[in-house]
Amino acid sequence: MIEIITTRLKQGHRTTKFPLESPTLPGRYRGRPNVDPSKCADGCQQCVDACPTGAIRVANGLTLDLGKCLFCTACGEACPQGAITQTQDYRLAVSRRDDLLLKGGEFRLAGRMRDELYRILGRALRLREVSAGGCNACESDVNVLNTVGWDLSRFGIQIVASPRHADGLLITGPVTENMKFALEKTYEAVPAPKLVIAVGACAISGGPYIDQNETHNGAQSVVPVDLYVPGCPPHPLTILDGLLRLIGKIKTGERALTP
Amino acid sequence: MTGDGKWITTRQGESVDLAAIPCVEPNSFAERIIDGKSHGGRLAQLFGRRAPDGGVTLYAFLAYDSDGIVQVCSSRLAAPAPGRAPEYPSVSALWPAAQALEREIAEQLGVHPVGHPWLKPLRYHGTDNGAPAPWGQFNPAKTIPGDYPFYRVDGEEVHEVAVGPVHAGVIEPGHFRFQCHGEEVLHLEIVLGYQHRGVEALLLHRNATRSAMVAETIAGDTSIGHAFAYCAALEALAGARVSVHAHAIRGIALELERLANHIGDLGALCGDVAFLPGASYLGRLRGEFLNLTLEICGNRFGRNLLRPGGVLFDVDSELADRLHKRLKSLQAEVLQVLDMVFMQPSVLARFEGAGALSEAQAEEIGLVGPAARACGCMRDVRHDHPHGVYQFSHIPVAIETTGDVYARAVVRWLEVQRSLAFLLELLGNKPAGKPFAPLGAFKPNAMAFGMCETWRGEAMHVAFTDNTGALDFIKVKDPSIHNWFGLALALRGVPISDFPLCNKSFNLSYAGHDL
Repeated sequence: MIEIITTRLKQGHRTTKFPLESPTLPGRYRGRPNVDPSKCADGCQQCVDACPTGAIRVANGLTLDLGKCLFCTACGEACPQGAITQTQDYRLAVSRRDDLLLKGGEFRLAGRMRDELYRILGRALRLREVSAGGCNACESDVNVLNTVGWDLSRFGIQIVASPRHADGLLITGPVTENMKFALEKTYEAVPAPKLVIAVGACAISGGPYIDQNETHNGAQSVVPVDLYVPGCPPHPLTILDGLLRLIGKIKTGERALTP
Repeated sequence: MTGDGKWITTRQGESVDLAAIPCVEPNSFAERIIDGKSHGGRLAQLFGRRAPDGGVTLYAFLAYDSDGIVQVCSSRLAAPAPGRAPEYPSVSALWPAAQALEREIAEQLGVHPVGHPWLKPLRYHGTDNGAPAPWGQFNPAKTIPGDYPFYRVDGEEVHEVAVGPVHAGVIEPGHFRFQCHGEEVLHLEIVLGYQHRGVEALLLHRNATRSAMVAETIAGDTSIGHAFAYCAALEALAGARVSVHAHAIRGIALELERLANHIGDLGALCGDVAFLPGASYLGRLRGEFLNLTLEICGNRFGRNLLRPGGVLFDVDSELADRLHKRLKSLQAEVLQVLDMVFMQPSVLARFEGAGALSEAQAEEIGLVGPAARACGCMRDVRHDHPHGVYQFSHIPVAIETTGDVYARAVVRWLEVQRSLAFLLELLGNKPAGKPFAPLGAFKPNAMAFGMCETWRGEAMHVAFTDNTGALDFIKVKDPSIHNWFGLALALRGVPISDFPLCNKSFNLSYAGHDL
């Protein structure tokens, strides 16, 4: 017993101050890429060929689809003009699929859920997680939010065991053919009104498994999605930032956007 | 090991001419493998590869762990007459270690291993050429995993419990079917395949970044482990010399991955026996190790770090010092918390005796990794088939003998201590050199393998080239394919309420199994 108490004293209080304070991320952390179409004058296609998932288009102006991006930086290294650079911005979650198309200019972060949903779910959001072909990296970093370091439940968000007890689904993985039916059944089991959160490149677009016969290019192919959290896998901070935006605890534009 | 041309002997880092691999009649294939077993071989891999003429070549890999070698032999099944499945006498009938590997052969290629004790789908997909599998034609409109007759125990007081594919926790999907008498589990059948994504074909993708990222997502919690094996196989095919510096960085990343997962598992085991201090502290400490990997390569799971030819991120002496300092303080913290955990009678009472496997069972079903070492099997790729930095610095193999949840926890505890010591030493005297050099051309008509002791056990990638020197086949093995059957066996006669604890003590990969 005494060693439990001494360990408790040694461990102290370890919960992050986020969102009041932003933790510092190490210098090599890869956040949102920055796209500058004005530097891509000739459309040389080298970034397109380098990209593993076909996330980049150069016709009609350089566009990077953050939903397909694996944050490998192959595009930036291939570009002779420096049109694609890496930022340290961990805030990546958006409400609409189109908002993930980076074309330069403003990046619109996720907003609060619809008013009628917010009245019911805003202060106590219960989620059921469904891994539909996820490799266990996104799953692990969703799980991490329940550790004392992040303490998700202090925001009124909880992962529950049954879809019947949930207000929405948090989906990871590209949605494999063999999980499609189970995902549909789980979605049906959630009482309305309900939300869907897609976490990770796989759940948004298929990620490294995009356009495979065995997979369905993400959650959107099966259910409507309300929040997209890009990354491979997203940092827990990115996931938490997205969830807090969804329940209005962080408001869009609250902090200045970095270029 | 066996000599006289029946097998070809190879080892980590070597490539083999395809023509030099001995070929045996299909009817004697199983016999030859069993002969190898009697000489001390362990079934490391067994798979089939489609030949250009429509036939199938079977390959068997027997590892001789104490000699540090692997022996390979093959068998050719000719293209069958239409409507007839190619067949050969099953290995599993004589050695259960082959059961999942032969189901994979049957499912991928439509080959019938005659006499397999329980031939059933492994991942639920069609064969590569659309021919029926031995259990019938695949129907994509109808077939879902788990929609088939389970093994059933009959009797008035026997009941059945079905769990999954969507579970209560945040974990991957799988289906568990228990036959119970009261609390006691008489039989557990595990159905997987929900995670099947088509990994093996994608590893040949023309975009090299894509195929490497697929290797890193075979099992996302084992990104470094699988990338390690993948790179080792390709580097052996190219005859590449990777710098000692790059090897050291790979070793650092692999041990950080092991630490994060072992510490996370020990925390989760505490959670499953309701010892919350252990669960809380270890759950947070796991993240500290992921953050060290983030420090090295910008991603908590080590994505984009390993590539064939070396590593993409350098660890210079300034970063090495920083990592050393943080590890040193983490070491004190982790070991103190673990000492506290293993002192608790309430924890030990639940761990001891739960879900035990014997050494004989472990050998028979071919267990690997901490689960095998917990049964007393001396087996660790870092020690037996060392590659890269493990050729220069050795980590003692952690062994326990009781084969239960306690033993699996203690093996992890020992490995945490040894990996920490190994890392502190490695970061203290890091050799300098170039972290990356592009690979040259692959040898044509060759085969090479890469093996890695991931935190779950032995991962293996076997790569083949065609006559132009292009990669034309990669066979992936996650340690989970050996160990899932161990979990099913460990549950026999165990109260069903101990299932979460036993499951966590194995903590196997669904995605790695389903590919």
